[in-house]
Amino acid sequence: MPLPAHLGIRWLLPITALLCTLLSGCGDRTAQAQRKIQGIVYCAEANPISFNPQVTTTGSTIDIIANQLYNTLISIDPLTAEFRPELATAWEISEDGKQITFTLRKDVTFHSTDYFTPTRTMNADDVVFSFNRLFDVYNPFHFVGDANYPYFQSVGMDQLIRRIVKVDDYTVRFELFSSESSFLSNIATDFAVILSQEYAMQLVEQENKQDFDMLPVGTGPYKYKGFLRDNLIRYHKHPGYWKHDLAMDQLVYDITTNNTSRIAKMLTKECDITAHPSATQLETLAARSDIRVDKAVNLNVGYWAFNTEKPPFDNVLVRKALAHSIDFQKIMKAVFYGNGIQARSILPPSSWAFQTQAMPSYDPERAREFLIQAGYPDGFEMDLWAMPVSRIYNPNARKMAELIQSDLREIGIRATIVEYEWNTFLERVGKHEHDSVLLGWAADTPDPDNFFSPLLSCTATFSGKNPANWCHPEFDLLLTQALDTTDLQQRKQFYQQAQQMLIAELPVVPIAHGMRFQASNTSVMGIELRPFGGISLANARKN
Amino acid sequence: MFADFLFRRLSLLLFMLFALTAFTFALNYLFPGDLLTNFSGELNANYSQTQILEQKYHIDDNLLIQYQAFLVRLFQGDWGLSLSSGQAVFGHVKQLFPATIELCVYALIVALCLGIPAGVICSAYHNKWPDKVISSLTLLGFSIPVFWLALLLIMIFCLSFGWFPMSGRIGLLYEIPPVTNFILLDIWLHDFPYGGQAFADALHHLTLPTVVLAMYPTTVLVRFTRDSMLTVLEQNYIKTARAKGLNRRQLILDHALRNALLPVIKQIGLQFSTLITLAMVTEVIFSWPGIGRWMIESIYQRDYPAIQGGLLAVSFFVIFANMLADVIHTLLDPLARNQAHGKV
Repeated sequence: MPLPAHLGIRWLLPITALLCTLLSGCGDRTAQAQRKIQGIVYCAEANPISFNPQVTTTGSTIDIIANQLYNTLISIDPLTAEFRPELATAWEISEDGKQITFTLRKDVTFHSTDYFTPTRTMNADDVVFSFNRLFDVYNPFHFVGDANYPYFQSVGMDQLIRRIVKVDDYTVRFELFSSESSFLSNIATDFAVILSQEYAMQLVEQENKQDFDMLPVGTGPYKYKGFLRDNLIRYHKHPGYWKHDLAMDQLVYDITTNNTSRIAKMLTKECDITAHPSATQLETLAARSDIRVDKAVNLNVGYWAFNTEKPPFDNVLVRKALAHSIDFQKIMKAVFYGNGIQARSILPPSSWAFQTQAMPSYDPERAREFLIQAGYPDGFEMDLWAMPVSRIYNPNARKMAELIQSDLREIGIRATIVEYEWNTFLERVGKHEHDSVLLGWAADTPDPDNFFSPLLSCTATFSGKNPANWCHPEFDLLLTQALDTTDLQQRKQFYQQAQQMLIAELPVVPIAHGMRFQASNTSVMGIELRPFGGISLANARKN
Repeated sequence: MFADFLFRRLSLLLFMLFALTAFTFALNYLFPGDLLTNFSGELNANYSQTQILEQKYHIDDNLLIQYQAFLVRLFQGDWGLSLSSGQAVFGHVKQLFPATIELCVYALIVALCLGIPAGVICSAYHNKWPDKVISSLTLLGFSIPVFWLALLLIMIFCLSFGWFPMSGRIGLLYEIPPVTNFILLDIWLHDFPYGGQAFADALHHLTLPTVVLAMYPTTVLVRFTRDSMLTVLEQNYIKTARAKGLNRRQLILDHALRNALLPVIKQIGLQFSTLITLAMVTEVIFSWPGIGRWMIESIYQRDYPAIQGGLLAVSFFVIFANMLADVIHTLLDPLARNQAHGKV
């Protein structure tokens, strides 16, 4: 066909030239890239709130940042529950239990990133700095951000530590006001990470302290590369990682808040690992030969918390009425699909301090009586906040909220379901703006205190972690007594009293303990799902 | 004469921009919540910060001065902070808008490459089987809701056959620094060791969203080109050319096509607003990191400064695109200039 007159030969030359360049360029590069790009894509359920585990307790954030970017002094073996050395090679506790001395590992390098190049390896200064930041108001970073260290404040560590002393370059001593049985467990949590003092000082010089929690520098197997909100987080391999050389070139978190989209991406192989598939989707996933579904027992509890400072929820009769109005069996069936157990206490049965409690049963008649006694014969209106994300302890809070809403209608209470984006949701719950909220807790250590102090102590109320906004001096006393002793039997007794008190007062109604699920491509190995704490991808690799 | 036309168009543009900014400004008052938070995106401002903000936003002055300050901030690129990310709204817009435009441009290119030839074929074989087949397909494509088509394609090509990925612009392991924000161009510009693979991967990701988004403009272009060609083919000069013995190909390509394409060019401009709306739906379904998906997320999260910013950016863009298409059309078609004056 002859070319139209207006498309003359003069157009043809540059177009041909461009096409040739494009094609030849591609050709060269294809030759270079015979090897396939290496990396793991993890589909995460929410944006991280921060990149420093010291300042948050949000499980979705901890999963993404804690074990990948950082190391702790010691860790807890998931099988034997014994302490294992990490950045500390040895530790020694004085006879009175008030001095704990850690010997540090040598030649541990910090991440070298676009924004920081370390000049020295990790030493005692870094450890002292990391913990001082949490407890010492004179530390230049103590007030950076919101000056909130929810985990450590809620377990009362700031009241416990007298000082942290650098004995020599590789020895650090913690001096405590009193001995406390859960101290080592708390030091082994994902929150007690070691940060670089040198990096912190660089930021002080640059007058840019705000970046400290958002542009992380740690000693973990991966280093931070970039974060695009609602899209992805990119980590690169840390070449000099002290433990091993297993890491992939990249670890990318694909932030996919929608449950169904996450599973669909797993099916189209866009994700190598998917967080929290819901129970309804497990069958579809298990039917595929290229997908493996891991199931792990996890210490957690899903509960319904009432804001006990707000009327009418400050009245225990109202709380009892609400607790008796909900049909737990229906929730277990419709939300957990048989992959969870109904709660018999706030502690999961696998905890050593667990004791079955006489939980409020489904009894609308009794609930109505309680309401009348409390002076609300016609019911009232309330908000019911439901988490927007799927968590181990509550795979579908929206559905649970709808079931509770219909149960409440039976006794004349009109509940409105409220939802916000996950991080906003937590922030608002922290400010105690809610009436009642469906939330939960996954343990960071096997110690039972981890279920009580961070959730229901008075200090937790002040640090915005106590969703029931409940501060009961007697209950706090029980927790303190339990921590003051190392006698296991005695501790057990105190915790059992605490559990009884919770059922009598009902600041929270424990609903269920869930299982942790994870779907991964069969070519991915070495994912460590722990019964407590976040997930570790330090050993994960792809064949 | 053209300058006169341009002046009229520009005054219309100014009026539109005024209406748009006034509406956006009013949104601050219409949205629930604190006025200062709606303006600035500062959620937890303390007393001294509130003082500074009040001064900056002229809260104590009358509405006219507030609006003026609002305009100044708009031009300075100070569009407030997003409530959910805490980062500058303008930064988000700059980062995300190119991805949306990219998708629209690719879809438009596909629509032009398929729609115009298909329209020409229809007119050339008027009322014969190619015309009937293409017209029926066009009707089908025109009637399918875009979200349904997207979900259908995902179900068939992603989930059942596994041929295409269902989200994003490129496999996440490929780290392509944004230069132009057109992913294919960026891969080409950036000397990436896995360039070839990345290019193929990006094309792979682009296919379904582009096909979905191109469906509507393609069908519109087919219909417009067909109708326009048929009208032109009825003209006396074509009849004369035919009488002179020119064959069908010569008639269509050398004589009819250029004139027939004039109204089509105008139509392309008008399609832009529809295209942007459809792009938003497509972005959400294919998790395309563009402004549409971001805006819908913002609505869901009640992020008022982000909703305002997104709305403003998209509306600006649509107005400019329409205006540009109008001007180009007028440049190419002298008759249209007269029509703009109302003289014909």
